[in-house]
Parts: sequence; C-alpha cells; structure tokens
Amino acid sequence: MANEILRTVDLRKHFKSTRGMNPLARAKERVIRAVDGVSISIASGQTLAVVGESGCGKTTLARTLALLTPLTSGEIYFDGQRIDDGKAGDKEVYRKLQMVFQDPDSSLDPMMKVGDIVAEPLRGLTAMKGVEVRNAALESLIAVGLSGDFVERFPDQLSGGQKQRVAIARAISTRPRLLILDEPTSALDASVQAQILNLLVELQRKFSLSYMLITHNIAVAAYLSDAMAVMYAGNVVEYGPTSEVLRKPRHPYTVALMKSAPTPDPWNRTLLQIEIAGEVPSAIDPPSGCKFNPRCPFAEAICTIDVPELSKIAEGHTAACHFLQKTA
Amino acid sequence: MTSNKQSIVGLVIVMGFLIIAVVMEVAGLLNLQVTPYPANPLPNQVSAVLLPPSLAHPFGTDNIGRDVFSRILVATPYDFMIGFAVVGSAVIVGSLLGGFAGLRGGLLDEILMRVTDVFFALPVLLIAMVIGAILGGGIGNMSVALMITWWPPYARLARGESLKVAHQNYIEASRLSGQRPRHILFRHILPNISGTMLVYATLDIGTVILVYSGLTYLGLGNKPPAPDWGQMVAAYNSWLLSDPWLALIPGLIISIGVIGFSLLGDGIKETLGIR
Amino acid sequence: MATVLQVTDFSVDYRTSRGEVRALDSVNLKVEEKEFIALVGESGCGKTTLGLATIGLLPPKVARIRGGIISYKGTDLTKLSPNAARKYRGSEIAMIFQEPLTSLNPLKRIGEQIGEAIVLRHQKEDPKGNEKIPRIPGRTWKLPPHVREQAERMLALVRIPDPDHIINRYPFELSGGMRQRAMIAMALSQQPELLIADEPTTALDVTTQAQVLKLMKEIKDKLGTTIMLVTHDLAVASQVADRVVVMYAGQIVEDAEVHALFSSPKHPYTQGLLSCIPTGNREGKQLTPIKGTIPDLTVRRDWCRFHPRCPAAMDVCARKEPLLKELEKDHRVACFLYGE
Repeated sequence: MANEILRTVDLRKHFKSTRGMNPLARAKERVIRAVDGVSISIASGQTLAVVGESGCGKTTLARTLALLTPLTSGEIYFDGQRIDDGKAGDKEVYRKLQMVFQDPDSSLDPMMKVGDIVAEPLRGLTAMKGVEVRNAALESLIAVGLSGDFVERFPDQLSGGQKQRVAIARAISTRPRLLILDEPTSALDASVQAQILNLLVELQRKFSLSYMLITHNIAVAAYLSDAMAVMYAGNVVEYGPTSEVLRKPRHPYTVALMKSAPTPDPWNRTLLQIEIAGEVPSAIDPPSGCKFNPRCPFAEAICTIDVPELSKIAEGHTAACHFLQKTA
Repeated sequence: MTSNKQSIVGLVIVMGFLIIAVVMEVAGLLNLQVTPYPANPLPNQVSAVLLPPSLAHPFGTDNIGRDVFSRILVATPYDFMIGFAVVGSAVIVGSLLGGFAGLRGGLLDEILMRVTDVFFALPVLLIAMVIGAILGGGIGNMSVALMITWWPPYARLARGESLKVAHQNYIEASRLSGQRPRHILFRHILPNISGTMLVYATLDIGTVILVYSGLTYLGLGNKPPAPDWGQMVAAYNSWLLSDPWLALIPGLIISIGVIGFSLLGDGIKETLGIR
Repeated sequence: MATVLQVTDFSVDYRTSRGEVRALDSVNLKVEEKEFIALVGESGCGKTTLGLATIGLLPPKVARIRGGIISYKGTDLTKLSPNAARKYRGSEIAMIFQEPLTSLNPLKRIGEQIGEAIVLRHQKEDPKGNEKIPRIPGRTWKLPPHVREQAERMLALVRIPDPDHIINRYPFELSGGMRQRAMIAMALSQQPELLIADEPTTALDVTTQAQVLKLMKEIKDKLGTTIMLVTHDLAVASQVADRVVVMYAGQIVEDAEVHALFSSPKHPYTQGLLSCIPTGNREGKQLTPIKGTIPDLTVRRDWCRFHPRCPAAMDVCARKEPLLKELEKDHRVACFLYGE
C-alpha cells in the first residue's frame, strides 16, 4: 500500500507475570495480553485515533510500534518496510517515526537546556553537527510557537503548555513522517489544550505529518482524527472513519463510550442514558469469549464462548460483535 | 545559595578548614614554615613542656615542648585529603556502577546487588583495618584500604536513584533519538542523580574523617612523628587527667570538622529539594 | 424551595511562601434545596476552597477566613466552635473527594467504615442509645445485624454488585469506580442534606465517570439530597447540573441555570471556556484558546481579574471591580459589558 505510512498485522504484545504473594506456591505462569491481535493502518498525511480507557492496551500498542518494547507476534510495516524483525536499524526508523508523551514534566530532562533537548534527536540520528544542529533546533522551536530565547532556558522555567511544545519541537526536529502522540493534552488545562490542538493541526498541514493519536478523550479524538480505532481489553472492537464511528457507533462498547463522553450540551444529556455496568476487566484473567460480554446489555450465551471477529458494517467501517443488528 | 543559618555555619567551617589545608599542603611542599612554631621541631627549637594554653601557645605545648597549635594546623591536610579521596573515589565508582545497573537492569544489576550485599554483610571496617595492616599501615595504605571498602553504599544509592530516573519519559525520548546506553548514562542519568549523591557524599566525608581518626588512634594511620589529629589523641591520652587540653583539643577539632560537613550537607539537601 | 446554603461576601486567604493569596474574594452564592449545582473553573479559581470552607475543612494554620458568612439553613457555619461544627459535618453536610484511596481508611473493611457512619447517625437520632460497633481484633468482626443490613442497603443504593461480598473487602481490593461508590455510600449513610463532591470523577475512566455521575443524579432525585459538584470540566457540568457557577481567580463570574448558561453565556471567560472545548472536526474551525495565563493571586487587585485576558476589555475594567448582578431570571454575571 503505497500511501500507508503504518500498518500492523495481528500485533500481539504479551507480558509474563509470575509473581504471586506466596513465595512457596509454585509460580503460575500468567500472561497479560496487553495487545491481543491488533491490525490497523494509517494513511499517509492522516490521523488515526486509538481510543480506549485504562487497561485497553493503547499505550502498550504505542510503545510497541515505537520499538521501545519488543512485540510478541505479528508484523509492523512502516513506510513500506517491515520494522519489527530487527533488520531495519533503529536510527533509520526513528528518523521518520517519533513520539510525544503524556506527561510534560517527565518528558524533558530537568538538567538539560531546551536547546539541547530539541537538538538531541538531530545529534543522535543525523550526521549534522555544530551550527547546523543549532539552526535546525531553533527552526523547530519557532515552528511550535516558541521564540529563540527559550533555547537557553531549563524545563523548570516553563509552563505545562510550553513544556509540551518543547516535546513536540524535539519530536519534529528530524522532520519525521509519523508522530505517535500519547495523550498529548490530558495533563493540560482547557485553554492550553486548545492551543496545543491548534498547533498539532498546523504542524500536520505544514510538514505533511501523519499522526497516531492515543487518547481516552472522545472530543479530542473527534477533533483531530480522520479514522478511529476503539480498543477494549487488548483488542480493536470498532474501526472506521471517525465521522462514521461517531455518527453510527455499532459495537455496544463504542456506543457506551460515545454516550459517556461529556459534551457541553445540556439539551442532549447522553451521559445519563448509558446502560453499562461493571468496570474494565482484569488483564490477567479476562472474561472468556468476547471480553466485553459481562458488561454488555445485549450479551447472550454465544458471547461467552466465541470471540467475535471484526466484521464489515459499511465501507471501511468494521466492528467485532456477534449481534451488530442490535445496534443498527 | 543557602538561606539557612546552620548551613552557612557549616560552609564557613568547611571553607575554613579547606583553606588551612591548602595553605599547609603548599607550605609543606615548598618546605616553608608558616606556623608560629615548627610542628616537628629539632631539640633546640622546643619550648617548655606541658605548658597550658596561653597567648604565646594558644593550645599549649605537649610533653616534648612542641606547640600544639602548630601541630594541629599542619595535620589538617591529612584528614581532609583522606576524606575527599575516599569519598571521591566512592562517588565515582559507585555512580558509574550503580547508575549503569539501574539503567540496564538484568544480569549486571543482579551481580551488583549481590556483590554489595556481601559488603553489607561483612564488617567492612574490620576488613579495611586488616587490609591496611597487611599493607603496612600509614596514611597511603589506609587510604587504599578504605577506598576498597567504601563504595558499596554509593553504588546502591546510585542504582536506586537511577531506577527512578530510568522510568522518566525523557529517557525513552533519548532512546527514540537513537542514543546508546552510554550516552544516556552520562548525559541523563548521572546529572540527575548527582544531587542526591552530592548530599550523601558531603555528609559522608565527616564519617570518613572520624573513621580515619579512629584508625590512626589505633596506630594504623599516620605514624609519629607526623602530626595527625587522631594520632595526637592517642599519643596524648596518658596526660588526659593532668593536662587535658592535649588530648581534648585535637578531638574537638575533629568534631568541628565533622559537624561542619554535616551542616553543609544538610544545607545542600535543602537547597536541592527546593529547586 | 427552601434555601439550603447562603454564602454572603465570603473571603478566604491562604498563607503561602510567596505571601498571602486571596483564594476567595467576596463570594456570593445561594443554593436551594434539592438543587444540583456545579462549581466550575480552572486550577486556582477557588472552587475547592469554597467546598472545604462549607464543610469546615479548611487547613487550620494556612487558611484564614477574612470576612463574610456561610449560612446553612440559617446557621452561620463560620462562627461555630469546632465541636459545634462537627455536629454538622457528615450528618448534615457530607463531602467526597477525588482520590478515594486516601479518603477511605485502608486498614478497615468497607462494611466497618459504612457501619461507623450508620451508627453515628443512630447516635445523633437517639443520643441515649449507646450503640457501638463491637470490634473483635483479627480477621473476624461483626456488625450488629440491623447495622449490617443498612450498610448492605447503602451499597446496593450505589449500585455496587454483590454488596454482601463487598462489605467484607478492604478498599485496596476494589477498583477506582467501586471505591468512589463506597465513598458515596459512606457519605450518604448519615443522610446528609447537602453533599459536596470535589472532582469525584476526575481520576476515573470515562464510562465509570458516567456511571458515577448518573448515580449522583439518581440520588438527588430519589433522596432529595442537594448536591454541589466541584469540577474543572464544563462539559461534565452541562450533563448533570441544574445550575452552573463559573469561577475565576477566587470570584464568581457567572451563575446561571444550565440551559441559560450554555445557550447564552454572558461572561467572556465562560465564552472562552466554551470555545476551548473541541467540538466537531478540525476542518470545522480552529479552537480559540484564551490568551494569557491565570493571574498571580498574591497581588491584591481592585479591578476585574479577567480583563488582561479579555477580548472585550474596556477602560472601566482596569479601574473597578464588577459585581455579580442578576441580568435575567436566574442568570447572574459580574461584567461591565452589562452595565456598571
């Protein structure tokens, strides 16, 4: 696929957990299936939002895609190349794939100056040196709306929003093609969040970037993305163009998620209409069959036995449920 | 830097000792006498024996008629150099080993942990004494013996701090910048743990001085006739009841030195905590 | 409807290392019986301080009440002695917090904690009754049967599944949402008139948040409890509140019935907050953030706190302080755009 910047095929990331409280008991090998068969793709120049709540695996997915942790099985294709088999050098990948993290405070080394922070990828991934590096770093800082004075400052002199801008400047310094954004605005106040969202839109246009946006905030996902993948307990349960998924969510979990997302609309109090019970399941001991079945208002016997596959609803829109007709 | 009265006192004490140490060391190297009286006088240079403190002899004279004040001054560099040398080497070795272990984890980390466990299980001071005795005593050998046994707590501390730092997002960002572990260790880990290490080291110098003085008192450190605070305490022990100033004053000087470092360390800790 | 809470010209200062910060400045607020009001604002606006002041939990050495009254059903809470204030706390006015792990005693089982609250209520109703929860050290403990039954009923009321099982669990064994429900159950055990909830759902997942908020609305409807929800999220307020009170830098800038506020927000700050919320798709329009930052509250000002950031600022805004005025029925604003 020439215009796909990223594609995963049945990606799985499992963690082994052998710890138990009793040191004398035989260590039971328990597997945490954090990412359990995810196949998604991102079209070049577009934004895919991966949406879900705690424990759904979206952050693990992000870290696996960024090669920060080795995958358990599956394939990752980036810019036409397979990158999970270790043959592509890390440096080659990172020149074109970067990440912005959730917490602005821990994203920047408190002992480094802003200029050096932004320059680090340039120094580590390119052959640039000296003045060239400094100029490129300055360009990135200006692109995110910070002036040249910031080069000499330290992170503790910056506000949350400014720190996040520096993190973004660092991520775009090598002019990558894909940015993975892990909850980029969750830790920020409403007004600052708006500024950063505007910035992300502007940068995407200016530098032809593709984004993978990880978030639990539906409003942000709706605003920034072209396509949306809804994750629950390690699987993608619904996947399609954002406008479609928002307009006509078909998986019962997506329906509940959309209703729960608070919108500033007192005439349409969807939040009070949700019909979901219980909480996100344990990753070590998930329910059998469809992992959502204990909480699903439409669950029947088959849901506890068979794991549903993603089936097509409309062009490009799929959902994994045995009873899609119930949400039609 | 420190708005705290106590830490300023500590700083003043340490700076004072440091200046004296430097002056004395330089004078020693150039073979100059800058003290009012020679520390190791020839028989014809001694004053009257066992004089109590007076204007001419602020700390009195000892049983051979040597001016105690001058001897105290000349002895300053020894304890200080030992303090800095032992702690300095421990900081360097400990930070490197512990910092790297915290970053990488795995087998290296396990090995480091077990090795430091061994050191913690054994009476290291005793071991240092044995090593020192085998090597023949004296200040140089004692320093080496102490350096061999002093680093494990620093390695553990560095490892703990390094673990905290290693989970920060900026370390991951550094990996995403294609940086090798060596770069991450020196550029990110070490600077960020340096504050804690510095505080611990400053508080620890006092301990080294105390330990070394104790070892010298036992006869393992500096040998007579070189003036050395701990050694003076030992040598003047017999006169404790008749001419107490002889043993008490060197002991007091040791205490002041240790207190000075303690206060300074606390001050640094507060300042860094605020930052 | 009767007035449950009346706050008049209420001011609170905090002593900080940088000086005295005016956390609340001459705040005026009226809360009616059975109302669900939301106090909305960004960090530092004073909403939490107002909640804490109402229940009498302001940090004693640091916070100073500088003037004004908080009147609960006619009684001035601020003038009460600590003993007298305690009689109101829990039984008339209850509070739940953001992080239930720190509000629930980690060493006591859920049933025991709810049981204590229930017993307290019985004691207040019948001071001579002399009821106590017998505590047997170790793993077994027993609640008197009628207390246990009520505790289970409270847990069922907050929709905790398997109440008879959960009643024996420790807080750390429950998930975040369940802990928050247990907190609500505990708070309601004394059947308070007013429940103050300080960011109760901020740390929860979105679907869990929806469940808890829905529960709170049910409680208001079923038990007639007045609820004061403190939140930074205007959208959340729109989904559950009857009335929204917008705060900025220690003052109330707008106070209106929820539909009125969202159909015609009057204060520029409210308008700014609303236009920050991402709606629709980025192709639609750019979000308009509020320029500038929150002011330094150590500096005392006699002019409109918001004017440096206000797109509609006028000369008078830099000279005088606007007062909260009723513009229409149930819609109050503090802004010179609507007259001086």
